[in-house]
Amino acid sequence: MSYLDTTGRIFDIQRYSIHDGPGIQTIVFLKGCVLRCRWCCNPESQEYRIQTMKVAGVEKTIGRDVTVREMIEEVEQDRPYYYRSGGGMTLSGGECLCQPEFTTALLRAAKEHGINTAIESMACASWEKIEQILPWLDLYLMDIKHMDGDKHKEFTGGENALMLENARKVALSGQTRLVIRVPVIPTFNDSVEEIQAIARFASTLPGVRKIHLLPYHRLGQDKYEGLGRDYQMKEILPPTAEHMDTLKKAVHAVCPLDCQIGG
Amino acid sequence: METFHIIDIPKTERITKLIDDLFANMPVIESARAKLITESYRETENEPIIMRRAKAFAHILRHIPITIRDGELIVGSSTLAPRGCQTYPEYSYEWLEAEFDTVATRPADPFYIAEETKAELREVHKYWKGKTTSELATSYMAPEAIRAIDHNIFTPGNYYYNGVGHITVKYWEMLEIGCEGIIAKTQAELDSVQVGDCDYARKTQFLKAVIISCQAVAEYAARYAALAQKMAAQCKDPVRKQELLKIAENCSHVPAKGAGSFYEACQSFWFVQQLLQLESSGHSISPGRFDQYMYPYYKKDLEQGKTTPEEAQELIDCIWVKLNDLNKCRDSASAEGFAGYSLFQNLIAGGQDSNGEDATNDLSFMCIQAAKHVHLPQPSFSVRVWNGSPHEFLIKAADLTRTGLGQPAYYNDEVIIPTLQNRGLTLEEARDYNIIGCVEPQKAGKTDGWHDAAFFNMCRPLELVFSNGYDKGELVGVETGDVTKMATFEEFCEAYKKQMDYCISLLANADNAIDVAHAERCPLPFESCLVDDCIKRGKSLQEGGAVYNFTGPQGFGIANIADAFYAVRTLVYEQKKFTMQELKEALVWNYGKGMDEQSVADLTTTILKKVRAAGEKVDEHTAAAVLSAVMSAKPSPERMARYEEIHSLIEAVPKYGNNIPEVDALAREMAYYYTKPVQDYKNPRGGQFQAGLYPVSANVPLGAQTGATPDGRYAHTPVADGVSPSAGRDVKGPTAAASSVAKLDHFIVSNGTLFNQKFHPSALSGREGLEKFVALIRGFFDQKGIHMQFNVVSRETLLDAQAHPENYKQLVVRVAGYSALFTTLSRSLQDDIINRTEQGF
Repeated sequence: MSYLDTTGRIFDIQRYSIHDGPGIQTIVFLKGCVLRCRWCCNPESQEYRIQTMKVAGVEKTIGRDVTVREMIEEVEQDRPYYYRSGGGMTLSGGECLCQPEFTTALLRAAKEHGINTAIESMACASWEKIEQILPWLDLYLMDIKHMDGDKHKEFTGGENALMLENARKVALSGQTRLVIRVPVIPTFNDSVEEIQAIARFASTLPGVRKIHLLPYHRLGQDKYEGLGRDYQMKEILPPTAEHMDTLKKAVHAVCPLDCQIGG
Repeated sequence: METFHIIDIPKTERITKLIDDLFANMPVIESARAKLITESYRETENEPIIMRRAKAFAHILRHIPITIRDGELIVGSSTLAPRGCQTYPEYSYEWLEAEFDTVATRPADPFYIAEETKAELREVHKYWKGKTTSELATSYMAPEAIRAIDHNIFTPGNYYYNGVGHITVKYWEMLEIGCEGIIAKTQAELDSVQVGDCDYARKTQFLKAVIISCQAVAEYAARYAALAQKMAAQCKDPVRKQELLKIAENCSHVPAKGAGSFYEACQSFWFVQQLLQLESSGHSISPGRFDQYMYPYYKKDLEQGKTTPEEAQELIDCIWVKLNDLNKCRDSASAEGFAGYSLFQNLIAGGQDSNGEDATNDLSFMCIQAAKHVHLPQPSFSVRVWNGSPHEFLIKAADLTRTGLGQPAYYNDEVIIPTLQNRGLTLEEARDYNIIGCVEPQKAGKTDGWHDAAFFNMCRPLELVFSNGYDKGELVGVETGDVTKMATFEEFCEAYKKQMDYCISLLANADNAIDVAHAERCPLPFESCLVDDCIKRGKSLQEGGAVYNFTGPQGFGIANIADAFYAVRTLVYEQKKFTMQELKEALVWNYGKGMDEQSVADLTTTILKKVRAAGEKVDEHTAAAVLSAVMSAKPSPERMARYEEIHSLIEAVPKYGNNIPEVDALAREMAYYYTKPVQDYKNPRGGQFQAGLYPVSANVPLGAQTGATPDGRYAHTPVADGVSPSAGRDVKGPTAAASSVAKLDHFIVSNGTLFNQKFHPSALSGREGLEKFVALIRGFFDQKGIHMQFNVVSRETLLDAQAHPENYKQLVVRVAGYSALFTTLSRSLQDDIINRTEQGF
């Protein structure tokens, strides 16, 4: 069996994505996640099992099993646009490291087809799994949500120690470009101190030059209802542009990283 | 590498004020031109038509009221009221008289008309009975062509009722040698005519008509010079007084003589642009490569210190404003098809020169700046893109796109140049192309392209396949047999081909009849003298004086046809999910939705015709009985449910616009059903037909005349726009839609294709957003697409979408890497997105 026949479970493909990774990207959204972040805008990504969600009143099946071969054919379709923009394929989720074999095979296939690769991931997996994808990865967009382990656990359902350790290992490997991304979530991590703590940590990672602050948005809210789930952050409003600017300045005050608002 | 002096010149207060004044009131219909042309025609009854036209034009220019608007630097107005319009009874007038009382209140493009004006026009119109181009055209048409028009297979309405326009003349020649130079050229030609020449009669009359017209144009400018002088004498504001004196000086020089400065070149350009549209009512009189022919004047003045970029920018802005001062009143149906008071004066910047080198210059950038400053529908601003286009130029263009103006439209040199060569233009000519009107490429100053010759609805011949050629009880197409007995997909395609071929022949018949009528009744000496090779040939454009003559009727509905044939092939012939009989019924019953009022009326008419044909008497009583029978007729609920099921089966098969090879290949094939037969026809000016694929906005009104189609489109809803996928069916985003569109054969569609995309402004935010947007255009053009334009949705659009979600089913918004159908989002999320739109860039 060729590695191209490796199967995986995805729930969406989004072409002409321009906020995740360089240039024009095709994002493959993998199903399954280790965390349960309260603000997650893709709640249908969290469970690995195939489920149904009501979208505009109609039941829709979320999740399908595909081969790497099928995916790469789909990703190939936008090659003219990658060529012109320096874009490529981004794996997102969920957490793509929950399907390490599929992720590795898909990244490898892309590289072997001359397509740039990126993943959006929080590195919440054993180092062995991460290590095996690095040879095929051009850009690691790594989420770091909070430096405080307890608060992290309270809001996401998981510890942060492993992720922070992996962040350092990825940086030290020198095998991929690493960008740190922080979802800025009011009531969770939107204070100057909390953001500065993450920025300080990020700036100690060898080779890391950029940090993205991604303002919280509520665009996934309807999906919770569609899944029959309660959305815990109903009352939370997105951070204002002024506040985001304050945070950006706060980052610049404590480290030399290039900080940008949005992806 | 060329370096550009790109400075962000601010908009002056003058421009703001000129625009405010322009849009202060509803546009007005004026009667001066109609009265003057009628006076002149009454005096020239038995003269050659070309001479009558020249004398009428001269009479209008000598007597039409003139005005200089407050603050104007470039003068010349066809109406006293800003954005007003004159009327052109020599083309048609009945529709206007019929709409006198509704034209001010109609939804699309209303015009105010005073009671006094109505009375004056009614009086004038008495003269024109039987004398118009439209009446002559009708008498020339074959009865079956008229029937096809009546049954909405196609509409040649544009030139049937109006002048042709759709041209770019040699503006550069007027700038260089002025009216006097053109008169001298014409006189020289006249002097060379030998009394024994076979074309002596027509040629001398034509050349004399040109001289009369050019003299009249110079005189018209002199009237402005005198007016400006008079106003200056009375002006108390010293600054304005100087401006008026400068205007007086300009108008006494140009366009009589060649332009001596950039300012004079601007004024000379404007008189040509304005007066072409006073000579005839044709629209899409396109300035073309303004950045090219104006540049030498700008460069020279700049080098000699006679002007500054700021001054030049303000003059260009003034021209942009003036292009919106011209207006045209169309009949209410056409107004819907061309909604937005648009005159389609296409002005294009950038691209290659005739040697194949990049010709982008500082004026190209200043044109973009002007569009940004003025932010109005005119000119229809376009940019040319090729592999050698400066990146900064495209970024600046993209920066204009994201303002939500819907401009510029982007054109691909890499496809258009070979496309035009394929139509017989030389390489040098093809490289120097510009765009006419909406999307139609041609070589300026050499072409009479008749680019907007008709709208051909590709869905209607498909309806004829299902009805064996009949429509509302009349044989409109050809009898292709019972559709339910067609055993193979090939047989079905063959039937469509027969219907298409026949309808296209009728279209050619109608267009050619109109063409002859224009030549006989409305030859245009002024327009003709600025196009090669009219003077040499001694012939007007309308008689075939141009070097290149085309007729370009445009087809639309390619997405519906591709989807329909794909669905029929897959579901009827391959998978046998339903029979052709079932599909036919499903179409009649609008996929289970039942007949709407329009279908009931159509069916009633059909039955009554059949009753009459059978020799029965039809009175009110029978009519009412048939109507009530039709209204109560309805299949069983089970059947209706089955039709709905058929609709969902059709909805589920792949659709054009998603980069799916089998569907896109079929779309390419189906487009040939229109584009290939069209190019086989010839026009009376000695040229050939060439197809376009774009509907302007006619896909909405003409869709309303089209029943349900096998692609799942419900009866009387809009047909797909241009070569764009059907609304809401391109679910894989802009790159997939663009790649599908690129799979059509754009090289054969030399009259142009139109591809629209919609974007939320956040997709273009920051330099990054612009870069990615430019990459999208480049990626599409690498795949050989011709044209692309973008609507960036505004806050107003989103608010409207909240209020009328049914009209915005396909509106995708992308925010922070997250994309969704706007109307499916809850109210609060929609509000979030609207707020993000407001934040801008």
